[in-house]
Formats: sequence, C-alpha cells, structure tokens
Amino acid sequence: MIEFIEMTKEFQIGTTVVTALNNINLTIQKGDVFGVIGFSGAGKSTLIRTVNLLEEPTSGRVLVNGKELTTLSKKQLREEKKNIGMIFQHFNLLRSKTVFENVAMPLVLSGVKRSNIEGQVREVLSFVGLQDKAERYIDELSGGQKQRVGIARALVTKPTILLCDEATSALDPQTTKSILELLKRVNIEYGITILMITHEMEVIRDICNRVAVMENGRVIETGNVLEIFSAPQEETTKNFVQSVVRDDIPQSVYEQLKTKDQSKKIYNLKFIGVDVGQPVVSQVAKKFDVDVNVLFGNITELQGIPFGNLIVELVGTEKEIDKAHQFIQTKDIQIEEVIADEGELANNYRRSARYAVHG
Amino acid sequence: MKVSSQIIIDAVLDTLYMVSISLFFGAILGFILGITLVVTRKGHILENKIIFSIINPIVNTLRSIPFIILLVAIIPFTRLLVGTAIGTTAAIVPLVLHIGPYISRLIENSLLEVDEGIIEAAKAMGASPLQIIQKFLLPEAFPSLILSVTTATIGLIGATAMAGAVGGGGLGDVAITYGYQRFDNITILVTVVILVVLVQIIQSIGNSLERKLRRVS
Repeated sequence: MIEFIEMTKEFQIGTTVVTALNNINLTIQKGDVFGVIGFSGAGKSTLIRTVNLLEEPTSGRVLVNGKELTTLSKKQLREEKKNIGMIFQHFNLLRSKTVFENVAMPLVLSGVKRSNIEGQVREVLSFVGLQDKAERYIDELSGGQKQRVGIARALVTKPTILLCDEATSALDPQTTKSILELLKRVNIEYGITILMITHEMEVIRDICNRVAVMENGRVIETGNVLEIFSAPQEETTKNFVQSVVRDDIPQSVYEQLKTKDQSKKIYNLKFIGVDVGQPVVSQVAKKFDVDVNVLFGNITELQGIPFGNLIVELVGTEKEIDKAHQFIQTKDIQIEEVIADEGELANNYRRSARYAVHG
Repeated sequence: MKVSSQIIIDAVLDTLYMVSISLFFGAILGFILGITLVVTRKGHILENKIIFSIINPIVNTLRSIPFIILLVAIIPFTRLLVGTAIGTTAAIVPLVLHIGPYISRLIENSLLEVDEGIIEAAKAMGASPLQIIQKFLLPEAFPSLILSVTTATIGLIGATAMAGAVGGGGLGDVAITYGYQRFDNITILVTVVILVVLVQIIQSIGNSLERKLRRVS
C-alpha cells in the first residue's frame, strides 16, 4: 500500500520556486494496478519518484506499507528499497553486462551469496520468458526484451510494490500489449501492487483497476477505471477517455442529418455491461414499428466488461420513434439525440482536443 | 649515425620506464580526481560544492602550466619526494603531476557520458554511492576510459621528450643532445621513427581493446 498525504514537492530553479506537486492525497491499495495519467509536465514523473525517494517531498508524507521512508536511516532505506521495484521508459540497463548480470545486480548490491543468486535470477528470467537469453548482452535484445530484463531485475528482490515509469512509452503497440500482459501476471501471480504512470489511456484501459488524472501538479480526478471511463468529470479526463473510446459522432452521420427528414432520427446510445447494447437494438426493432440502422459503433472492454456506444438511426413515424426512445431510456442506457448544428461544433472541438492529447 | 645502438636501446627503455611508471601513478591520481570531479558536481550522487570548487581550479592550474616550466618549477618538491632532482626517476614526479590532471579531465568526460538513467536505476535499487561508482559508472564507462588512458599515454610519450631538461634520458633526450645539437639527422630520424611506431602500437592496442569491450567486431 502506498499513501500520499498532503504531499507537496517544490523545485528551486534559479531564483523561482516551481511547485511540481501540489497537495497530493492518494491511496494505492495492496493489490491495485493503479495508473496515473497526465500530459508531460503534469508532475506524474515526480510523483512516482517520491515513492522510492528518488525525489524527496518538500512537505507532507508518503507512506509505503505504512512506513515513512524519509524517517529511515540510510541502511534501513536501502533495505526498504528492495521492497520497491522500479522499471523505466528507457530500461536503464547496463550495456556492459549480460542479461544475467543485470538481473543479478540488486542481489549483488545487497551482498547475497553467489550460490544463491543463480537460482533466483534463473527463476525470474523464466518468469519473464528470457531463460535462453541469460548470457546475451543488452544491445543484442529488442525493446520488448529489454523491458522484460528490466522487469526481471525489479522482481528479483521479491518486492511488494512495482513502480512503472512510462514503461511502455518507448515500445510499439504490439510489444506494449505483451509487456502489459506480463505486468498483469506480475500483479496476479506475485500479488505485487503496481503503480504506473503513463500518458497513454490505452495502458490504463488495458490493465489498471484504478486511475488518477493529474494536471499542473494536482490530482484532478481519481476513481476506479470503469467509473472514470463511463463518467469522466473533468475536461482533461474527458479528453483522455476520448483518446481510446471514440464516442464522438462521425462526420458521415452529420452529413445524413443535413437532409431534413421527419421520419428519421439519429440517437447515440452509451452503455456499460454485458446485457445491454445490441439486445436493446433488436428489441426495439421487434417491439415498435421502426427500422433500426446501426450507423456507427465503438465497443471496448474494461476489466472484462463491454463498454461503448452505438449510433443508430430510427426510421418510422414520429410517434413510434418517441415510444422507442422512451423504451431505451428504461434500459439503463444513456440516450441522446444527435442534432445537426451544435453537434458539429462539439465534434470539431472534441477532435481538436484529441489532437492535443496525442500531440 | 654517430650514436651506438646501445644508446638508442637504453633510451627506449628509459622512455618506457618513465611512461609506464608515471602513467601508473598519473592514472591513480587522475581516476581519483576525475571521479571526485564527477560525483561532487551539482546534482550528482555526492554533491559537494566545497570539494568540487577546490579540486576544479587545481586541475585547471596544473593543466595550464607548460610541462617544461612545471618540470623545473617543482624541483624542490621533487627533491623532497624522491631525494634527487636529476635523472629518470626525478622526471617521473613532474610527469605524474602533468598527466594526472589531464587524465582526470578525460575520465570526467567519460563518466559524464554514462546515461543518467543508469544512476537513477542504481539509486532505485538502493545502491550506495560507492557501489554506484564501482558497479555502475566505471563498468559502463570502461570502453571510453580505455580510450582516455590511451590518449593520455601518447601525451605522456611526448612529455617525456622534455625530461632531458632534468637529465631524465629517453628518446627525446637522445634526439636533442645527439641528433639536434650535433647535426646528426640520422639519429633524429631513427628516434622519430621509433616514437611513431611506439605511438601507433599503443593507439592500436587501445582501439582494439575498446572495440572488444564494446563488443564491436
């Protein structure tokens, strides 16, 4: 468990004081895969570094498994750091050493006997799937393999906490997926609490159960991933959610609205969960005298639960369409009619916001 | 050639003696100063403004004194240290003081090239400052350190030529006293060729060692 209590971090740059972290209150429970997302400069990197004291908080406290690390002696701190593994965006492995020697390093530093090192290193190497690469040098590995070495090195001291500093940001999407799967296994099989910072909402979507959104050194929103994805409150959070769940209305839908036709209405259905979504569409078609055209859909999965939106066109008399509308509202689905002009404006705004997220 | 081959052989041995002994002590001095310059600088693992601002100007001062001046200027110090101010052994003292600070700058550069992320990872693992130097900085910089020492060795060969000024002997001394002062061009040519070959050999050894360490074929 990691607790940030009224934690503030300031940097002195020249004569000005820059507040990198402003009164952070956050609790990461044991067993969480906790994601912190934010633009560069939001302070997330500094935040993760206060956990193992790569950065010292200016005020407030950071408790790791109930212990405040700043109060420990150097020796106790060194001991405590074995309990906190860390992996990095650029891996930070020693090029002068083999995979085996890199992974063994934390054990060598703490004076573990050579005979005991061998077994422990082989074990973590086979966990990350690199048992046959032990004698290779770092330059001979691919990016994904390098991060696996990083993970093995972080796990070799059997920590209870793993800090991931943009661990997949230097990797391609395919490799990112495989590394995230490995991290998920670290969480499940070893019961290790993971705190990860990222600027990619996909990462949060794929493995986190809880998320905090940071902006200008503050945590602006926090909650479980399903909550945040389904009902983001802050504008920044909405932009991040938009970056992976595209529930905006495509231009082609607006094109159709330009021809005024009283017998057609377009709705955006937002839903969460297994039993909603498509069944509702077929029920509507059966129960009411309307035709249902699915114009656009986007469904993603969050912690095993389908989550997304469907844009449907209902064709029929105004009365039947209204009845269908009311029926859908009773089904725990958010329904909004898509209206031409204001929608288009909103859409353009959202698009530019998303570019901001990726830019 | 008006000198016997024995003189040339003795001169080669004198040069090698001066270079190897002063390289040994110079490298020790250089490593200590170079490492200190790196780790005590701002934001580094043992940041220490006082130590840094004492060592930094000392290194600069020693590096800015021309070797021939250093050689004679420290004669009292040399006499104190080795009991004499004349001869091959006496030349070693100024050579060390000349090459040590030079090596320290080269070492400093090599160590600063090591990716900061490596140090961060070391800190995250709970490595002590000594462990960071020993297990992370030096091994990572090793290939580049080899090149630094190679460069220093060649610089040292050049400096030994001036050791003749204090009766230090060596190839440079032979070239001046027998070759230049007696108008014996052949002797000059022979010593120069030997020096060229020596430098070539040392540079090749350095290069191939560095390539081997970086595992470049």
